[in-house]
Amino acid sequence: MQAGVFPRPSGTLRLPTPIPPLAVTAHTATSAAGRGVAAFARALRERRGGLRSNDFGSEPLACWIGRVDGVEEAAVPAEFAAIDCRNNRLAWIGLNEDGFLAKARDAVQRYGADRVAVVLGTSTASIGATEEAYCGLADDGGFASPYRNFLLHSPHSLVTFVQGVLGTTGPACTVATACSSSAKVFAQAERLIRLGWADAAVVGGVDTLCGSVLFGFNALQLVSDAPCRPFDVARRGISIGEAAGFALLERAGAADRAAPQLRGWGESSDAHHMSSPHPQGLGARLAIADALQRAALDPSAIDYVNMHGTATPANDAVEATVVAEVFPATTRASSTKGWTGHTLGAAGIVEAVACLIALQQEFIPGTLNCSEPDPLCGPQLALDNVASAPQLALSSSFGFGGNNAVLVFGRGGRA
Amino acid sequence: MSELAVRVTGIGVYGPGLTSWEQAGTLLRGGQAPAATEAPKPAPPLLPAAERRRAPDTVLYAAQAAAEACAMAATDPALLPCVFSSTQGDIAITDYMCTTLASTPRELSPTKFHNSVHNAAVGYWSIATGCRAPSTALSAWIDSVGGGLFEAAVQAVDGDAPVLFVAYDAAAAGPLRSVVPFDCGFAVALVLAPASSGSGAQLRLRRAQSADAPTPAADWMQALSVRNAAAAGLPLLQALAGAGPRDLHLRAGGRFALHVQVMP
Repeated sequence: MQAGVFPRPSGTLRLPTPIPPLAVTAHTATSAAGRGVAAFARALRERRGGLRSNDFGSEPLACWIGRVDGVEEAAVPAEFAAIDCRNNRLAWIGLNEDGFLAKARDAVQRYGADRVAVVLGTSTASIGATEEAYCGLADDGGFASPYRNFLLHSPHSLVTFVQGVLGTTGPACTVATACSSSAKVFAQAERLIRLGWADAAVVGGVDTLCGSVLFGFNALQLVSDAPCRPFDVARRGISIGEAAGFALLERAGAADRAAPQLRGWGESSDAHHMSSPHPQGLGARLAIADALQRAALDPSAIDYVNMHGTATPANDAVEATVVAEVFPATTRASSTKGWTGHTLGAAGIVEAVACLIALQQEFIPGTLNCSEPDPLCGPQLALDNVASAPQLALSSSFGFGGNNAVLVFGRGGRA
Repeated sequence: MSELAVRVTGIGVYGPGLTSWEQAGTLLRGGQAPAATEAPKPAPPLLPAAERRRAPDTVLYAAQAAAEACAMAATDPALLPCVFSSTQGDIAITDYMCTTLASTPRELSPTKFHNSVHNAAVGYWSIATGCRAPSTALSAWIDSVGGGLFEAAVQAVDGDAPVLFVAYDAAAAGPLRSVVPFDCGFAVALVLAPASSGSGAQLRLRRAQSADAPTPAADWMQALSVRNAAAAGLPLLQALAGAGPRDLHLRAGGRFALHVQVMP
């Protein structure tokens, strides 16, 4: 690989060794762009975005959001009433799309409850329920009775819910590294399966709209007043979205040859700033290099890059430069956040599913809402959809704290 | 059955009456309970002075234990992948966020918001130490010590290289006190190296047969782990100090639990 585009501190971090692929035997995503894979794929193909003018909460900011309709009505099963909240309702909606729940339960049957890991990412988790509790405190100054439950207010509420629904007793972990959370879960699960601690893993993530993220990103002046425009010269920030997505990972040898595959993953830290990317994208380059190394691939093998592409001025400038320098002109790259908004802790899984749609349905989504690309973008940036049959796709996710994760997916073999 | 074998090359701890590994180790070997019930705010040596003044408590506690463990391991923290694990993240910041959102949401502080992410502590740590290795921030609710130890051991074995593991939590604040029982800060840190390398106590991690079989711990340890779930690491520290049971049962998230064999 070219040393120039992948600077590695000399004599320090080691290059990883290649890994065997894992089969992605089920996957699903629910976002503002639709419930389930077919709806998401149709929205991508027809270039129909899911963003709407902000109608969330009692004092909505003037911005656009990616909201999933009907979350309020989708109560969780009665046995989980103690941890009922918007995040777990969206998780429940997501689990029921694409037959995911049945496929995951089938894996639990086949392998045993103790041999299936549940590793999920989130940034908001159930914080929306904590926000609600603060709006109607009890006379003693504490939470009112429906909210007086420790676990309901913990980041681990999501995994507790999903693990409970599936009845698994294997490793169960929440990854909460902001916007890289539900990409990093693929790496953690892959290690668990390869080291023999699980035979299958349910990975993914769920994030939901709440005051913390809407007003928080607004305070950082990172929210656009119009639908987000990734990589456009006139981009003005993110549109926040919510989403739930899941994938089932199993050893490739145990699965249908036609199943798409997780081929590699890379993780790194920027060591630069809590909420701004490294100016040369050093952490992003390290994560891309490690993911390609684990997949035993050169950058030129990657047909499609689903970029983080949040539409903030800083993120897109750095990422445009990295992609322009790392990948050949023949690689197509795009951001799908114009369809879904930035789904934060769920962005990794939503964009992993976008990659799987590209691999399975033989088209590359372009970049919705981008009409005049930033001059920093290379020839890789796809504005319009591209009819092609990608074999390998790479997805980048970068989070606050300088936390980076990159995944490589491959098309399955012919059945 | 799967087993992970690692060596502990560095240890750090900070909490009420346990303000360094040297002091805590002596106390744990003697089977005594700590005298103090509160600890002064830590001043971790690797954080720049400006960050020490304005950093949230979770960052200070985590960095204090992490710096001590890295110093004992004589390992450059810039090279260590980081596994940080916390039940709840910084509760004082959550309290600030929720209070402000309930009254004047448009006045939310941007700095408090970016400090509210669960990975704030590992983010500040990686920035302060110049660490570009992978870093993660986990939660397994009140089993975050076991969940984090497990992931750190997996990474040390997978990468065949040392990993920094830190478990920490801070005191509850405001109305959250009515649901979160934590009333003090606590952090424990270990540098875990591959079993084949160097010296230091060895840990063998296997899946425990039942999630519910408890490891008998001293009353004061049990009480402290209610005050802060990161103190669930105390029986492991006691074993590393060469005292108490060497076969430990450690809950690691949901119904998954570890049997940890300690060979000092």
